[in-house]
Amino acid sequence: MTVAAPEEAPVAEVPKAGATRLVDRVFKMRELAILLVFLVMIAVTQAGNSEFLSEQGIKDLLLNATILVLVATGQSLVVITRNVDLSVGSTLGISAFAAGVYLQDGGNPVVAIALAVLLGIGFGLLNGLLVSLGQVPALVVTLGTLYIIRGIDSIWVGSRQITAADLPGGFVDFGAGGISAVPYLALIALVVLVATAYYLKHFGSGRELYALGSNPEAARLAGIPVRKRILAAYTFCGALAGLAGALYLARFGNADSGTGNGYELTVVSAVVVGGVVFTGGSGSVYGAALGALLLTSINSVLPALGVSSVWVLAINGILLILAIAVDRIVALRVASALKKRNARHA
Amino acid sequence: MTHPSDTGPAPVLALKGISKSFGAVRALRDVSLELIPGEVHALAGENGAGKSTLIKTLAGVHRPDTGQVLLDGAPVVFHGPGDARDAGIAVIYQEPTLFPDLSIAENIFMGRQPRRAFGRIDHRATHAATAALMNRLGVELDPDRPARGLSIADQQIVEIAKALSFDARVLIMDEPTAALTGSEVARLFGVVRTLREQGAAVLFISHRLEEIFEICQQVTTLRDGAWISSEPLAGMTEDDLVRRMVGRDLEELYPKQDVTPGETALSVRRLTREGVFTDVSFDVRCGEIVGLAGLVGAGRTEVARAVFGVDRWDAGEVEVDGRRLVNGAPSTAMAAGLALVPEDRRAQGLVMDMSIERNIGLTGLRTTVKAGLMDRGAERDRSLDWAVKLQVKYARIADTVNTLSGGNQQKVVLAKWLATGPKVLIVDEPTRGIDVGTKAEVHRLLSQLAADGVAVLMISSDLPEILGMADRVLVMHEGRITAEIPRTDATEETVMAAATGRAAA
Repeated sequence: MTVAAPEEAPVAEVPKAGATRLVDRVFKMRELAILLVFLVMIAVTQAGNSEFLSEQGIKDLLLNATILVLVATGQSLVVITRNVDLSVGSTLGISAFAAGVYLQDGGNPVVAIALAVLLGIGFGLLNGLLVSLGQVPALVVTLGTLYIIRGIDSIWVGSRQITAADLPGGFVDFGAGGISAVPYLALIALVVLVATAYYLKHFGSGRELYALGSNPEAARLAGIPVRKRILAAYTFCGALAGLAGALYLARFGNADSGTGNGYELTVVSAVVVGGVVFTGGSGSVYGAALGALLLTSINSVLPALGVSSVWVLAINGILLILAIAVDRIVALRVASALKKRNARHA
Repeated sequence: MTHPSDTGPAPVLALKGISKSFGAVRALRDVSLELIPGEVHALAGENGAGKSTLIKTLAGVHRPDTGQVLLDGAPVVFHGPGDARDAGIAVIYQEPTLFPDLSIAENIFMGRQPRRAFGRIDHRATHAATAALMNRLGVELDPDRPARGLSIADQQIVEIAKALSFDARVLIMDEPTAALTGSEVARLFGVVRTLREQGAAVLFISHRLEEIFEICQQVTTLRDGAWISSEPLAGMTEDDLVRRMVGRDLEELYPKQDVTPGETALSVRRLTREGVFTDVSFDVRCGEIVGLAGLVGAGRTEVARAVFGVDRWDAGEVEVDGRRLVNGAPSTAMAAGLALVPEDRRAQGLVMDMSIERNIGLTGLRTTVKAGLMDRGAERDRSLDWAVKLQVKYARIADTVNTLSGGNQQKVVLAKWLATGPKVLIVDEPTRGIDVGTKAEVHRLLSQLAADGVAVLMISSDLPEILGMADRVLVMHEGRITAEIPRTDATEETVMAAATGRAAA
């Protein structure tokens, strides 16, 4: 292998047009923009409070984001197919409690995590089957399963509570520990994130998720097994919600019937802020993860700046709307750039 | 290739005695069809004759109730579109079915990407193969460009590239030329001829009869889901073909009545929308049909939308009956007596899931009101009245419009706007995708409206229609009006010259 002439690939046949380069750049920029906002926010906070980026500070930032990154990664897959899974909060809650009950009786932490993931897979399958077979809007179906799973959880859990004292010490240490400033949990999330992104880009079935979100009818005509893919996306999303449940337990050492209540909306916000388009077919899990990082960091940034945390929700909302507005403007700009290219072409 | 035997080459794909019903509707009855390698076969028939169902049967979307699909003489069953594709059958649908968010290369190779180790997609090979296909088709499209924003013609090129990419032996094209300009049609036909010479069997559907005669050798006609004839085109005339399709002699296709134009009803002065159209001025008088010709993308639809107030204009003014219209306010345009029948009836003209009655009633929501509430009886009467006047063919007025054929849907859109009693009617591609029979009816209707004193502005890409119906032809090229040609001087040559910017106006 030589390093010479990386341009030698057969790619040179058709020169890249200006408009296309712009499009490429914009889509890469979408993720870069969030990263930039995040970095500016961190820098400003650090300037105002030098304690902010201590080792513990960084660790907290990453730990806080971990759970949301995981669930947002799964949610992205579903949103890319032009669906949504609102039941992730309930799934997370019930998985966390199930893992807790198992560990309380002296179970093995690895088995506990596997159990939570399996439970998530089960609910994911249920959602996937209902959505893909029922021909009912995902929003309604998963709103239904949100309540069903939460209902089961409430009946089962009652007023019981799992606390850190009920859990094996190793499990809780694992949840809090890490390699210097990088928590173990964040590493798990990172591995899942990178693997998912690689799958989406480099495997046929991954690209097919984008295809069927972009134009479901065309996907059917192209012979893509639409139902199977949607089922797989929901199952994966459920699995990650289950995993997130187990990690939630490890991180907070606590689970009750209210765990994960309302979490689905935070997840959807993170996904959308991260540039995964709600109408499907576009966006990346890296974007969603950055969105999650941005949203959770605001929780730490405001107190560090001495701003009351009551502002968090409002700011999250503003970010969400800002993200959608930016997407819309960018889409219009890209459309007009492509149109110009067509005109030159003709 | 072996020498053709006495009986001629064997069909690569054939239908034998196919029937298919959807509920009570018998879409196909005992239809047979043979596609021979190296031959372009036309499928003719009015809308609703069963052409789409037949195509979808060949494409593996529908499974026939009875009858057989034969591939190389052996019966096959397609369980889905994937099966048909694997058998070498490529279908180019009327509306290209692309993934707007994905690149051209991904669109072409979706589901069949070249792979590297562990089943990973070889992005570089995909790109190179796409570039090679584009070279072969002689078009300059960047493989990495997203499909969003491609012109219809380019979208079809992508579909054809898709067909080429898996060496399709059978290419089925459902009205590929409906939205193309003359030069784009020529380019498409060049590609089709090449494919034919390479031994592909092509099934071609078009409402433009001259195209059928130009490119096809064989024709199969369907009427009301039944097979009428299969025969060589050589020796047939357009009238023969129309008679088989319609089952009766067709009255005059362009029944234009001579009218002496009256007062100016619509006056557009120096209308400009930046980057879209510039300095557009014209008048339409009562009783006049003014044709607005030009290539797709010349800005005709955009002018109509701005005049009606759907889009804003940056400069200029519009008057209807001497009243100046407010920029960007369709309700004032409607109040002034303007009606716009849009180009895309499914997306812009109709609410597909709503009944015929309600669709026609939409333009009367402010007038058919009693004590602040909708007067359902009045709405029904008004809708029934217009549906009958326009001879819309329907089972019940409460049926949703998506159960109607394209031609009848267009009549519902017309009814909806005529019910407002417009002084000025703008129709954008009024007969696109409509069968000949209904087309003649729409033309008669427009002619009658003009005779009754309505000013009609007709945007059309169908040149014979423009020439046959318009008293005056305005031609747009790249956002400007480049020519105004009176009926007597309007020919295909003069209009096309102005539309392509060759004329000095």
